[in-house]
Amino acid sequence: MSDGIDRRSMLKGSTAALGAAGAAALGSASAQAQDVASPSGTPNVNTSITLNSTSRSFAHEARVTLLDLLREQAGLPGTKKGCNEGACGACTVLLDGERINACMTLAATCDGRSVTTVEGLAAADGTLHPVQRAFIEQDAFQCGYCTSGQVVSAVACINEGHAGSEEEIAEWMSGNICRCASYPQIIAAVQQAATEMEG
Amino acid sequence: MTDMHKIETALTGIIVADDGAPLALPENGIGSPQRRMDGPDKVTGQATYAGEDMPNGTLHAVLVTSPVAKGRIAAVDTGQARAAPGVVRVLTPADMPTLGSPSVPPTAQSKLPMSSLDIDYEGQPIAIVLAETLEQAEAGAGLVRIGIERAKPAVFDTAEVEVPPTEGNGYVLGELDPAHGDVDAGFANAAHRIEATYTTPTRHHNMMEPSATLAEWRGGDLHLNDATQWSWGLQLSLAGIFDMEPSRIHIRCPYTGGGFGAKGYVWPHQILAPIAARIVGRPVKLNLTRTGCYTGCGYQSGTQSRLRLASDAQGHLTAVEHHTENVTSVSDDYIEFANMGTRGMYAMPAYRMTTRVRRANVGTPTAMRAPHEGPGMFALESAMDELAYEIGMDPLELRLANYTDSDPHSGKPFSSNKLREAYAEGARRIGWSDRVHEPRSRRDGDKLLGLGMAGAIMTTFRNASQARVAMTPDGRFTVEVGSQEIGTGTRTIFAQVVAERLGIPSERVTVVLGSTDLPPASATLGSASTISIGSAVATATDNLKTRLDDMAGRETRPDEWPDLLARLGVDRVQAEGAFTLPGDVSFDAHGGQTDYSMHTWGAVFVEMEVDEITGIARMRRAVAAYSAGRILNPVTARSQMIGGIIFGYGRAMLEASPMDPRYGRYLSKNLSGVQLPVNADIPRNIDVCFIEEHDPHASAIGVRGIGELGEVGVAAAITNAIYNATGKRVRDLPVHFEHLIA
Ligand code: FES
Ligand code: FES
Repeated sequence: MSDGIDRRSMLKGSTAALGAAGAAALGSASAQAQDVASPSGTPNVNTSITLNSTSRSFAHEARVTLLDLLREQAGLPGTKKGCNEGACGACTVLLDGERINACMTLAATCDGRSVTTVEGLAAADGTLHPVQRAFIEQDAFQCGYCTSGQVVSAVACINEGHAGSEEEIAEWMSGNICRCASYPQIIAAVQQAATEMEG
Repeated sequence: MTDMHKIETALTGIIVADDGAPLALPENGIGSPQRRMDGPDKVTGQATYAGEDMPNGTLHAVLVTSPVAKGRIAAVDTGQARAAPGVVRVLTPADMPTLGSPSVPPTAQSKLPMSSLDIDYEGQPIAIVLAETLEQAEAGAGLVRIGIERAKPAVFDTAEVEVPPTEGNGYVLGELDPAHGDVDAGFANAAHRIEATYTTPTRHHNMMEPSATLAEWRGGDLHLNDATQWSWGLQLSLAGIFDMEPSRIHIRCPYTGGGFGAKGYVWPHQILAPIAARIVGRPVKLNLTRTGCYTGCGYQSGTQSRLRLASDAQGHLTAVEHHTENVTSVSDDYIEFANMGTRGMYAMPAYRMTTRVRRANVGTPTAMRAPHEGPGMFALESAMDELAYEIGMDPLELRLANYTDSDPHSGKPFSSNKLREAYAEGARRIGWSDRVHEPRSRRDGDKLLGLGMAGAIMTTFRNASQARVAMTPDGRFTVEVGSQEIGTGTRTIFAQVVAERLGIPSERVTVVLGSTDLPPASATLGSASTISIGSAVATATDNLKTRLDDMAGRETRPDEWPDLLARLGVDRVQAEGAFTLPGDVSFDAHGGQTDYSMHTWGAVFVEMEVDEITGIARMRRAVAAYSAGRILNPVTARSQMIGGIIFGYGRAMLEASPMDPRYGRYLSKNLSGVQLPVNADIPRNIDVCFIEEHDPHASAIGVRGIGELGEVGVAAAITNAIYNATGKRVRDLPVHFEHLIA
C-alpha cells in the first residue's frame, strides 16, 4: 500500500479513531447499518410459486426480494435490475396477471401465487408472444436491458385496456424507462400487438 | 406525418437523395431495413448480460464507499461485518497488493482504488465485503464502520481555473487554445456582435444495466465477464495494473446493457473484483448498484462556455471566441472539449478559443453521449440563434451564409459533407418556410408555439481493428470479431457487410463477438465501431473470396464454394482483415494523419409549445436530417438517432445531477430523485432521415459514424424554439418551467 500502513495499524487505529470524527463522518453508512441490524443468514422461509406455469418451491431468507429470487436463485435472469427501488420498471413481472415491480416485492409475499416473467411469455413451442414479435418488427429496443420489463409491461398495458390511443399507451408505459430511448417505437409496438391481440 | 413512429411509415424516405427524393431500400446487404438478429434473444430474456453468470462458488461483492468527498480514513472497523452470517471476507486498503501503474485511458483514473487512505471524492471505495449471497454481502457492507477525518471539499463553483496539462495526458483530443487571424479586428469592424455564457449541468449516463463484473482466476489466467464498451481497453488496463501478459486476461461481454460512455474506460470495480477474487481464491461478482454508478463509473462534467460572435451586415462571421471550462478530479485531467464543434462548423476568418478545467473533489468525469460537441454545440448554436435575432436574419439563412467546405482550423477539405442538403431536407420536412421569425407570433389556445433549429457536428473517431470471416461447407459464414453488442446492432450490420460483399443473404452469416479471444477490435465508443470494425469485416470478406478463388484456381461465386470445400475435403476456410490508420496509430480523430478532415453533420428542427400560464414546455415534433456517410441499416440507424434526440431532449429539459456545494455530494444518486425522459415526455413525431452519401475517405465501406451525432444540436434547437415561442432565452440547462412564465 502506498501510504505505508499495514493491516495491524489499520485495525489498531480502528477502536481509537471511531470517536467523534468517525461518528460524524459515517453518514449514510451508519443509517444503512441500522436497517439490517440483525441479518439472518439461513433460509428461513419457504415460498411456493407457480412460476411461468411451473410449480416451484424456494427456501430463502425473508429479506429476499422477488427480483433477487428470480435472478440469483431461480435461474431466471431475464428479469432485470435497473434501480432496485421501483423507479425504472426493468424488473416488471406479472403477479397473478398484474404488472408489478419485482424489486419492490418480497418473495415471501408471493407464496401460493402465480408469477410470469419475460421467459414465460412465448408459447411452449417457442412461438413468440404478439408483443415480442411487435417489439422486433418495430425495433422497439436497442441494448435490450429494459426490454424484458417493457415487454411484460406492454402485455399488461394491453390487457388492462390501456392501449386505446398513442397518448394512453405513452402514459401507461411511462413506468418503464428506456435509456436507449426507443419510446416512439415502443408505442408503435404496443399498438401493433394490441391490434393483433384484440382483433 | 403523424404516424412517423410506425416503422412502415418511417422507412419511407429515411434515405434521401441530395434533392430530397426518397430512395428505395435494398432488400439485402448494406442499406436493407433488416431487423436485429438478436431481437428474439432480447425480447424473450435469453440475452445474458455480464453480471448474470454464476460459476460454482461465486461470492457476491459489495463495495463500502466514502460518504464524504474529502478527508482521510482514520479507521476501518470490519469486526461486526466479518461476524455477520455468510460474510467470508472483508477487504480494506491494508489487503491491497502492490500494483503496477495504469495507463489513462483506458483506465479512467490514475489513482488506483483502495491504494491510499486519502479520500478524494464521494463514493471512493474503502472496503469490499464478500459473502455467499447478495443479501449477506449487502447486509455486511452496512456493518463496516469507517472513521474519516473530514476536510472541506473543493467544488466546481469555487475551484480555481487551471490550464490542464497536455504532456502525458491521454484525455487531450486536440489543441487547448487554437487561435487564428486577427480576432480583435474582427470584432472591432463587425456590424453585429453578441456575447453570452451558456452552461450545461453535470449529468449521469444512467444506462439501464448498472456496471457489473465477474472475475475468476483459472490457473494464472484472469477471466472477466464484464459490462463494457471496450473489452480491449479493459484487458490493456488490467495487464498494466497486474503486470500480466494481456493474452492471459480474457474479457467476455455477451451483451452490454447500454453504456453511453460509462462503460468505456476502466473504473474501480473492474480493478477490485479481480483483486478480491485472487485473494479469496473464488469467483467474485461485483455488480454496482444504481447508487454506486453515480460515483463509480463517471459522469458528464458540467460545462461553462463563454461565446463571442461577430458578423458583417450580411451575417458572415468575422470573429469567434469560445472559452470553455469543465470540472475534473484531483487525480486526473479529463477535458470536455466543448469548443471542439466550434472549430469545424463555420467559415471563420478569425477565432480564439481556450479550454480550461477546475479541479474539485469529484470522481473523474468521462465521455457521455455526446461528449465535447454535445455540451459545446448547445452553446454555439444558441449563440448563432442570438446572432440571427441581433441581425434580424433567418437562423437557417445565417447558417447557410457561414457554410464551409473545408475545415476552418486545419484547412483540410472534408472527407464528405452533405450538411447543406441536410439543412434543406430538414427545413422542408418541418415546414420552416412557414416559421414566423418574431417571437410570440404563433399560438394554439394558451400555448405559445415556436420553431427552432440547430446545426450538428461530431468528430469522427476511428480505431484500428481486425476481423476474421470464415466459411463452412454448409454454405454458412461466421464473422469473428472482439467487439461488443451494446444496442447498436453490431451483430446485424456486420452480417449485412458480408452479405453485400458476397451477394448472399445475410441470414447465412453469424456474427460472433464479445470476447478478447477473438480478433482485436474497436471500442464501442466515439461512434467508432461501425466505421472501424465494419471496414475490417469488409476486408476480411474480400480476402476470404480471394482465398477461395485461389483454392479453385479461378474466379468463383459464393454458391460454388460449398462444393469446392467438399471436393477439397476442407471443413473451414477463413481469412483475416484489418482496418489500419495512417501513421500506424491505434486511434485517430478528425481524420488524423490523412489529408481530410472527418466529421459527421446534422440539421435538427424542433417545434415547441409553451403554456403561457404554467410555463410548461413540451416538444411537439422533431425533424433531423443527417450527413453521416453510408447507412448500413436504416432500422437500427433510425433507432440510434431517435435515441440520441431523446438523450438531447433530456439534456435540454430534464437531466442534471446537482451537488451540494457544502459537502461535495450529489443530492440524488438514484432514478427517483433524478429526472430522465420517459415515454410520456416524448412526442411520437420524431422524423429522422439521412442524405445518401458514400464517404470515400473515412472507411472502406463509405460510412462515418452515427451514435453520438443524434444527441448533438438537439438542446439548442429546443431552446431556440422556446425563444421563438416565448421571447425568453434559456442559457442554462436544463430548462426550468418557472423561467418561462410570462
Ligand atoms: S429494478 Fe425494479 S423498478 Fe427498477
Ligand atoms: S433498450 Fe436499452 S434501455 Fe431500453
